[in-house]
Amino acid sequence: MNEMQKIVLDYVQKEYIEDDTEVGLETPLISGGIVDSFSMVSLKRFLETKYHIQIPDEAASPEAFDNVNSICRLVEEFTKKN
Amino acid sequence: MSFNDSVRTLYQGQLNGLREAGIFKQERFIHAPQGAEIEVEFPVGSPLKKVINMCANNYLGLSSHPEVIKAAHAGLEHRGYGMSSVRFICGTQDIHDELEKKVTEFLGTEATILFPSCMDANAGVFEAILTAEDVMISDRLVHASIIDGMRLCEAMHDTFKHANMEHLEEKLVLHADKRLKLIITDGVFSMDGDTPPLDKIVELAEKYNAMVFVDDSHASGFIGKTGRGTHEKYGVVGKIDIITTTFGKGLGGASGGCVSGRTELVEMCRQKARPYLFSNTIAPVIVSGVLRVLEILSQSTERRDKLEKNAEYWRKGLTEAGFVLKDGDTPIVPVMLFNAKLSQDFSRDLYHHGIYAVGFFFPVVPKGQARIRTQLSAAHEIHHLDKALDAFVTVGKKYGILNKTKQEIIDQYGM
Repeated sequence: MNEMQKIVLDYVQKEYIEDDTEVGLETPLISGGIVDSFSMVSLKRFLETKYHIQIPDEAASPEAFDNVNSICRLVEEFTKKN
Repeated sequence: MSFNDSVRTLYQGQLNGLREAGIFKQERFIHAPQGAEIEVEFPVGSPLKKVINMCANNYLGLSSHPEVIKAAHAGLEHRGYGMSSVRFICGTQDIHDELEKKVTEFLGTEATILFPSCMDANAGVFEAILTAEDVMISDRLVHASIIDGMRLCEAMHDTFKHANMEHLEEKLVLHADKRLKLIITDGVFSMDGDTPPLDKIVELAEKYNAMVFVDDSHASGFIGKTGRGTHEKYGVVGKIDIITTTFGKGLGGASGGCVSGRTELVEMCRQKARPYLFSNTIAPVIVSGVLRVLEILSQSTERRDKLEKNAEYWRKGLTEAGFVLKDGDTPIVPVMLFNAKLSQDFSRDLYHHGIYAVGFFFPVVPKGQARIRTQLSAAHEIHHLDKALDAFVTVGKKYGILNKTKQEIIDQYGM
């Protein structure tokens, strides 16, 4: 697991998980009913602040935020663009 | 024709999938006014069966009260059947204005506006008062109607862990840069039957300059010492900026709802809320009934006191029998089963034993949190509750879930 994956996974675990559900890098968060799409707002703000990027609303789709790996890919995409 | 055979087959497949999973909902036809005991036709064509109703929002037993019915008749007589209009065109009678004033007085707010339902109130209020410069911070278990209303609003939307004040405070700090902040919660959560600490929410709102919204649909009329709602329970009457509630539960059980709160916010709804502007006014018969309900509740706390005692008795009985319950002190008492099919089977068996209570499962509640949601009424007498307890114990023994932990039930039935 690289550093970004660890940071995102830690955030997801702390922000969204309230029981002993195990979350992995590919665990479907939104499509799996673990997290509702509204709750991703704070994750988006966290990523933008942490990585000094701007994620357009149209890119912050439920698909892009559905698991830790897809979230990391999104961050990498906008880090390169910057 | 666009609805061709292949489209029909597609939908039939989806519906069959629900049947096979044991989660297909079927309506039951009630051949009686709402009450503690009702006569039900189920399945269709069966002889009528008398059952004890443990799943109505008839908290105060007013849904078929003779005085409410008499007042409704008088309303029909004096103000007609329907207005054929939205409020602002020619759909406002003097009794609509009177009801708005009476609700304001009852809830201890500044102003009130009626809506055709609380679903409509929740659909319209956020869009009417917030813009893209603002943020809505909602509890993660708010009612579906609130979620739908928030979706219609351009303001940013974030959530906080259920009733978690530390997490709410983090979000208020995170969104400090927003023009307006609105904290959104249910007063009584409809599936869990718990209440959030409104006094602490108000403290945080004052600290971080936020407004507070509470949907008190499962509280108005019976939560708090005189039944004014959750804000009375927590000593914050006059400090909630927006209260929405329904007249379709404790307050008579027919239909209608409202937004009640700060004068300016109510007026914004009157000017801009789409369900108010585009949906028919509440019928005079309903308005007349609710006026009488508020009169009855303002004169005595007898009904809400009896409801409170019934809820204590019921909860104690279920706990002693060995069921897993959600903690709470409201007339909503969820009996936790965790597995969706088990909740359906349990409900079906209860019905055979003369008890009408419904199973709830995803997406109404989170996955793995299926339950039978029981609801008490002031119309219940102790003999109703004793019979219902016997039935629950009989069915609980059949499925082997009494005196089992959550994990043991999940291990036995899965999630």
